[in-house]
Amino acid sequence: MTAVSPARFLRAILPALSLAILLIAVYHLNPRAISPLGFQLMFNLAIPIALATIAQMCVITVNDLDLSIGAYVGFVVCIAATWLQEIPVLGLLALIGGILVYMLLGALIHLRKLPSIVVTLGMSFVWLGLAILVLPTPGGQSPGWLAALMKYKPPPIPFLGGLVIPFPILAAVVIAAVAHVGLMNTSYGSILRGSGGNPKAIERAGWSLLKTKVTMFGLAGFFGMLAGLALIGLTTSAQANVAERYTLLSIAGVILGGGSFVGGRVSPVGAVIGAMTLTLAASFLAFMRIPPDWQIGAQGAILIIVLALRAIIDRLEKPI
Amino acid sequence: MLKRTFACAVAAAALFAASHAIADTKDKKIALSNNYAGNSWRQAMLRSWDKVTKPAVEAGIVAAADPFTTAENQVTEQAAQIQNLVLQGYNAIVLNAASPDALNGAVKEACDAGVVVVSFDGIVTEPCAWRIAVDFKQMGKDEVLYLKDKMPQGGNLLEIRGLAGVFVDDEISKGIHEGVAENPQFKIVGSVHGDWDQAKAQAAVAGILPSLPEIAAVVTQGGDGYGAAQAFKAAGRPTPLIIMGNREDELKWWKEQKDANGYETMSVSIAPGVSTLAFWVAQMILDGKDVPKDLVVPFLRIDQDNLEQNLANTEAGGVANVEYTAEDAQKVVDAAKK
Repeated sequence: MTAVSPARFLRAILPALSLAILLIAVYHLNPRAISPLGFQLMFNLAIPIALATIAQMCVITVNDLDLSIGAYVGFVVCIAATWLQEIPVLGLLALIGGILVYMLLGALIHLRKLPSIVVTLGMSFVWLGLAILVLPTPGGQSPGWLAALMKYKPPPIPFLGGLVIPFPILAAVVIAAVAHVGLMNTSYGSILRGSGGNPKAIERAGWSLLKTKVTMFGLAGFFGMLAGLALIGLTTSAQANVAERYTLLSIAGVILGGGSFVGGRVSPVGAVIGAMTLTLAASFLAFMRIPPDWQIGAQGAILIIVLALRAIIDRLEKPI
Repeated sequence: MLKRTFACAVAAAALFAASHAIADTKDKKIALSNNYAGNSWRQAMLRSWDKVTKPAVEAGIVAAADPFTTAENQVTEQAAQIQNLVLQGYNAIVLNAASPDALNGAVKEACDAGVVVVSFDGIVTEPCAWRIAVDFKQMGKDEVLYLKDKMPQGGNLLEIRGLAGVFVDDEISKGIHEGVAENPQFKIVGSVHGDWDQAKAQAAVAGILPSLPEIAAVVTQGGDGYGAAQAFKAAGRPTPLIIMGNREDELKWWKEQKDANGYETMSVSIAPGVSTLAFWVAQMILDGKDVPKDLVVPFLRIDQDNLEQNLANTEAGGVANVEYTAEDAQKVVDAAKK
């Protein structure tokens, strides 16, 4: 066993560090925001983004990119607000169908050696079209249990002095833990990551690359579905293009959280923290009274600063 | 001594009464959450907001009235914006919403946190919010009612509609058809889509004109009256009575015709200054007044006698506008209580 190098350690805590700095900055601007209600309001829209980010991470693990995740989440939202509400069985079937389509796409991309960017870009129009077919005008209603779940307020914990952990934080911890254990702590998880890092070696060792690709795309479909369900629980009503921004947010979240586009190098915990950082960055900029036209740019600037820091750390790792 | 004390007491009471009348909301903060600022109507709406709220803040009627616009006209972005406004401690949010339903979750959270939400123009369906809605159907019907007074003998009508498939277009058209059904002396002999655009309206009207009998009047939706007039002129046909929609080019054309040959018509639309009406309604609610949840925006109607005055106040390429006062808001509230 070798000791963890300082550069590696720095890189691992960089996402958490960015989030902590932002939190301190928010506290400085608006102390009221650092409270259970504040966390509830600032982070509840981070739950669907975190789930979409995990979905994107699954695809990035196998060296692909999903440009349809935002439209897919919108499709799930529309299904959940209509069919799942009126005819639960039909809704469930449609949602499972969505995951199956994702698995098929994984197989298609692997077998025909197609660029995933092109396939998923095309699929984004298919999902949007299907969503509009299901729900032509904004409306529908979220199933009651979903809205209740997203509004859940955990009871105070007695042995921590009655501390209330806001639901979005609880959900983020659960999402990060499940993805981390599944991908980082199981043996098949390392095969999955390996199929992105060194596909040839994995293939020679007798594992099916087709299977890993289909698994990862299937997981992306699954987490994307959870993202859509979480989102409809929050908005309580649907619109086809409700999650348009999620495609870029999810990619930014993965990268911000320490992942790389190639090489199977991803971090589930980092990805969830990345998604929360992006959400908090928007609140921070709003509290700063930065005009909205500049906010998108400022959000990008935060992303560039974090990536620049990572590049510096990477350089530390390779002494000249 | 006693007399002086009494005088002091009277003065203090008078002072108290005076401050009571205007300043119950002096430490309250109101925010405008707006989803889109990319057309002249919305720009005028934001300018009106500034024009009315800045003096109101200076006079101490409210502590703050800050406008916030989202960059991308996205539901999730506006939901996050509303949540941030709640955290920033605003007491009321005046909302022009990106979606009638999809913001309900965020609006409910704001209500639960004790924030007053007043939606206008783009209204929300969440029951805890107030709604200042536009009765587009009535607007269409009003056009036919005006024609009924103007030409009791009736005649053929040409209808210019807006953008196909949009809620507003459906509503105005429904109102027009309802008005015509109640006044059978009128008959709609043709209907085209002008997309609320002068050039498109002109092309559409020019295309259908050769097939039409004599037209007595043109019913419109706004942004299309000037184009219709040009099409009639180009075809060499007599200019019918064309209802206008408060756009600057329409009012200017009307003025020219009025000066040249006494042309008569009317013009109706919604003033972008409706944001200031929402501001006063929010202030009234914060003041503890009883305000019904559903209010209706008054139309801005221009007639023969106030044409010059409105044209002078309308900037080139813009829409006729009016800012509302606290008294106007009170009138709207009283009308809704009846």
